[in-house]
Amino acid sequence: MEQMTTLTFVLGHMNYWLFVVLMMTGLYIVVARGNLLKKVVGLNLFQAAVFMLYISMGKVAGGTAPIFTNNPAETYSNPLPHVLILTAIVVGIATTALGLALIVRINETYDTIEEDEILALDHATAQKEIDAVAKLGSDGGDVK
Amino acid sequence: MPLLLPEALADHAPMLAVLVPLLAAPLAMLFGNRAFAYGISFAASVASFIFSMFLLARVMDGSVLSYHLGGWAPPLGIEYRVDAANALVLLIVSAISAVVLPFARTSIETEIAERHHTLFYACYMLCFTGLMGVAITGDAFNVFVFLEVSSLSTYVLVALGAEKDRRALSAAYDYLILGTIGATFFVIGLGLIYMTTGTLNMADLAQRLTGLESNRTLRSGFAFIVVGMGLKMAIYPLHRWLPSAYTYAPSAVSAFLAATATKVAIYVVLRFMFSVYSAKFGFERDTLQLIIFPFAIIAMFAASIVACYQINLKRMLAYSSIAQIGYMLLGVSMLNVTGLSATLVHLFNHAVTKGALFLAVGAIVYRTGSALLPHMAGLGRKMPWTSAAIVIGGLSLIGIPSTAGFVSKWVLIAGAFERDAWPVAVLIVASSLIAVVYVWRVLEVLYLQPAPANSTATEAPLGLLIPTWILALASIWFGLDADLTVSVSRTAAEALLNGGFGGDAAIIMGVEGRK
Repeated sequence: MEQMTTLTFVLGHMNYWLFVVLMMTGLYIVVARGNLLKKVVGLNLFQAAVFMLYISMGKVAGGTAPIFTNNPAETYSNPLPHVLILTAIVVGIATTALGLALIVRINETYDTIEEDEILALDHATAQKEIDAVAKLGSDGGDVK
Repeated sequence: MPLLLPEALADHAPMLAVLVPLLAAPLAMLFGNRAFAYGISFAASVASFIFSMFLLARVMDGSVLSYHLGGWAPPLGIEYRVDAANALVLLIVSAISAVVLPFARTSIETEIAERHHTLFYACYMLCFTGLMGVAITGDAFNVFVFLEVSSLSTYVLVALGAEKDRRALSAAYDYLILGTIGATFFVIGLGLIYMTTGTLNMADLAQRLTGLESNRTLRSGFAFIVVGMGLKMAIYPLHRWLPSAYTYAPSAVSAFLAATATKVAIYVVLRFMFSVYSAKFGFERDTLQLIIFPFAIIAMFAASIVACYQINLKRMLAYSSIAQIGYMLLGVSMLNVTGLSATLVHLFNHAVTKGALFLAVGAIVYRTGSALLPHMAGLGRKMPWTSAAIVIGGLSLIGIPSTAGFVSKWVLIAGAFERDAWPVAVLIVASSLIAVVYVWRVLEVLYLQPAPANSTATEAPLGLLIPTWILALASIWFGLDADLTVSVSRTAAEALLNGGFGGDAAIIMGVEGRK
């Protein structure tokens, strides 16, 4: 009997389990993948998980879509989380667009969108700076 | 400090402080004229600054203002709620913006392509709007929206540095990824709180949260919010995005961000820790004492030591910023009025000091094209005024008496003694000594090393010097006359520790009659 209630608890919160799985998948992709484009995809998954969390909590058992009718007995889902998440979706789209635009610019200037290659190039630039400065110390070169 | 505004403006001051820069952003872009874009952005910053002064003057005695957007009463409607804590933050943000903009007008000539100038002003205004909005709003979800308005424009502003150094692009990308993760964590936290209480208004939340100390959903909500905002404010182990973003952003942007963005994030954490949740929650005390406190100490030392080894002056200042955030969090973790007011005083003083330093470095970059320390040899004689500003900023960073930095460290140490934590006081002094090392490195290069024979550097133009010196003088002024900052911070700290976002607020309505 007790097992039954545990099972209904687990199944009854299916949305939330899926939210956790989707969120962790997204976060893992962001951290583990070296490709900048894949990171953005991971970020999208991560954000989509949050949309799911909000929409799940707005659900009222037996409720319909929150559209005003003249029937006072009608049960609605809670519309507020929907509205909040609309805002979050807009923010998500803006972030994705900006992320993709940055990737295009990075690809133009670095000729790659692999994180470790970009890091290597950045390190090379930094090393060049250090070398140039060291040379400056020895022959008192130009300030410009 | 009686500050008079016409009644119509006074009633709507909380809204106007945010709305004016928001409207300035599209206008700056619309006409495609650089002078016009600058003019309207500067005017908007000054207007916001005046509204912030007015708001601070009204709440300095500890009262709370509540502005109902569109006349819809909270908790259903969105509310702007002003008390001493956020009035202080509003003042910092708008003052820094009004000072940095004239600097930006000159400095972006060499750093950003001319066709992007109007876009720069538009992004700057959006970033400014977002920061003001985060600080003023009394609605938890509204914080997220404004946070993203400011963050998204910040990523663009940082990426604009790519004109000079392509590393700005990868820095902006890293910042975008980490910043978005932070913001999303924050939303998850809000979701969990909303799930338990069914409200998003901060004052209302505070009421409904009392008695729910053992609720696990609320605890995880708290964790998500602290970690999310921790990413935004670069709390020690979450600071990875900060050094590169500050180093490769255009000078004016570095100065503006260093002085405002992380401060606003700290304010949000304070607001959630003390106004929404409260120090009565056992898990919050544990978080502060077992997690935030050690990380604050590590930040003070680790970041300062790393700063000593940088050859890029901007990067050195960025690491020093991470250390200073450590001081602010240390004040919070003391959980007493003095410690918390030290946090707020330092919030203000550090904004002024770091602003002055980043602007001075910007002036050097404008003249020599490089922020590398070895390229600055002997500039103390070539650019005496700029270098003198760096000296003042550096001394304030260390905390020499009669500078702003001294006042905040004094209050911080007083807070430590109040808790009988003298080892903490020793650690504060010890970490300040590390600041002596990195500041001395800069001064040595500027003054004691000979300039290269073929150096052509000359003093920076007045357009750069005046803003730099306004902030440099301010960091002396607030070191000599600390009455204003300390008393406002104390009022704010007391209000924060009382919890509940001020209880009864003086309501200034947007639309009459609709309640």
